[in-house]
Amino acid sequence: MSKKRKIMNIIATVLKYAILILGALFTLMPFLWMIISSLKTPAEITAIPPKLLPSVPQWSNYAEAWKAAPFPRYFLNTIIVTIFSTIGVLATAILSAFAFSRLNFPGKKLVFSLFLATLMIPGEMLIITNFITITKLKWIDTYQAMIVPYMSNVFYIYLLTQFFSQVPDSLYLAAKVDKCSDFKFMMKIMVPMNKSAITTIAILNIIGCWNSFLWPLLVTNDRNMRVISNGLVRFQTEAGSDYQLIMAASTIMVMPIIIVYLFLRKYIIEGVTQSGLKS
Amino acid sequence: MEKKSMKGYIYLMPALIVILLFTAYPLIRAFLMSFYEDYNMISGEYSRIGLGNYKDLFGDKDFTKALRNTSIYVVFVVPCSIALSLLIAVLLNSNIKCQGLFQTIFFLPYVTSVIAIGLVWSWIFNSNYGLLNIILSWFGIDKVQWLNKPKYALPSLIIFSVWKSMAFDILIFLAGLQTIPKDLYNASRVDSTPRWRVFWKITVPGIAPMISYAFIMGFISAFKVYNEVFSLWGGKAGPANSAITVVYYIYDKFYNSHNYGLASAAAVILFLIILVLTIVQRMMGRKK
Repeated sequence: MSKKRKIMNIIATVLKYAILILGALFTLMPFLWMIISSLKTPAEITAIPPKLLPSVPQWSNYAEAWKAAPFPRYFLNTIIVTIFSTIGVLATAILSAFAFSRLNFPGKKLVFSLFLATLMIPGEMLIITNFITITKLKWIDTYQAMIVPYMSNVFYIYLLTQFFSQVPDSLYLAAKVDKCSDFKFMMKIMVPMNKSAITTIAILNIIGCWNSFLWPLLVTNDRNMRVISNGLVRFQTEAGSDYQLIMAASTIMVMPIIIVYLFLRKYIIEGVTQSGLKS
Repeated sequence: MEKKSMKGYIYLMPALIVILLFTAYPLIRAFLMSFYEDYNMISGEYSRIGLGNYKDLFGDKDFTKALRNTSIYVVFVVPCSIALSLLIAVLLNSNIKCQGLFQTIFFLPYVTSVIAIGLVWSWIFNSNYGLLNIILSWFGIDKVQWLNKPKYALPSLIIFSVWKSMAFDILIFLAGLQTIPKDLYNASRVDSTPRWRVFWKITVPGIAPMISYAFIMGFISAFKVYNEVFSLWGGKAGPANSAITVVYYIYDKFYNSHNYGLASAAAVILFLIILVLTIVQRMMGRKK
């Protein structure tokens, strides 16, 4: 009996790892295929019968792709939008979370539930009017068109309010006795105490900004204003069948976020998990 | 807490302005515009107020197709992703080596751009040189016209999306599994309860809230599928519009055809679908 059980256990363990490794390969496959394809020669990429690996890795494809379209400009635009959007999102979230967690004002509960209610609205429904608004403001082809409409994120406000509420009231009262102003208290006590939650929000927002696609596409016509995701799609239609270059360009777009993810995955995974467990 | 004062609103002001201008106002406008017939965006004129746009919408074959496609998509992507993710998460949670490494790999699709990785998938699906057909050829299966034939358009989109959405589901399930007390499993080991019974009697009830959360979130985000379509077919909705989705329809009607009324009516329908799902989620959340 115990011998049979032992064998069963070994089989179960082997099966377990086999499924996990298969799953991991399935997950990694597009990334691996992207990098492998980006290193092939034009002849190799359309070889029949297909060749799995390049005989000599063509690193020059990256330089060629980088120069084939204004990618430096796309990168610059994306970085500008990401930085200012993240600063804006953090500022509105910190200020609102402080108001909701520490200050007492008429209609607080109502405003808070109205804020939360906006989470139900699909953003896709808002783009029609927002596009008209941006057109009327004459903001087409400007950075603010890509930054301002997304400067307030209710989900982050909600998350940060939860964290701010956990800071004991006694600290706030002590600060009041010391004649510390609310603003100073917020900046000197609340923000440093919740550094890791704020970092998580910043990272999630940076990833969201970097990958955003539809809205920047709508509000930019000028190629000099394109962000990287829009530029990449345009490059695909221009590059035609030069798939090794398209794959190199995709790798260039994906790499910065993968690097951020590998270094800061603790914050990202924590933030996303919290979003799931809290709501 | 101190006495009530208006000071709170000073702190709320920045967020409030953005939300009023770019969330509340467009929400109301979308509802209104959906009732304006022959609406002109520049002059703001319309011929009359009525249900004309909704009549046109449900008379439009493209919209009914978009609704049908989106529903098929949702029904396949969400349960497939949840079932596979549950399997992976349960295995990950059992005493495993390199758990952190596996977790890092499985979450990777969540952080990468749908557009960039969608281009990779369109290359994987390429009928002549794509990896998928290469692998299929090892098993003697003929070339499949993944992206070029209408009947394979939705399956291609679904495969890509399952790959993408598993990342989130695995993470949520794993977090849920780690909240189940280890004692429960130890007790079952002493009793030598069969594995499948442990799974149904301990694991599934233990993470039931996460499963229902993953279902609702999956439904909501799947109803909004757009970027995946755009990147697989380079801005088109598949061969002969075979992969058109609701959000693709909204975007196409307002950006390419400048039919704001029709686009708004479609957006209101999307809103109602999501509203119902959110209410279902709230009700399920309350029961617990």
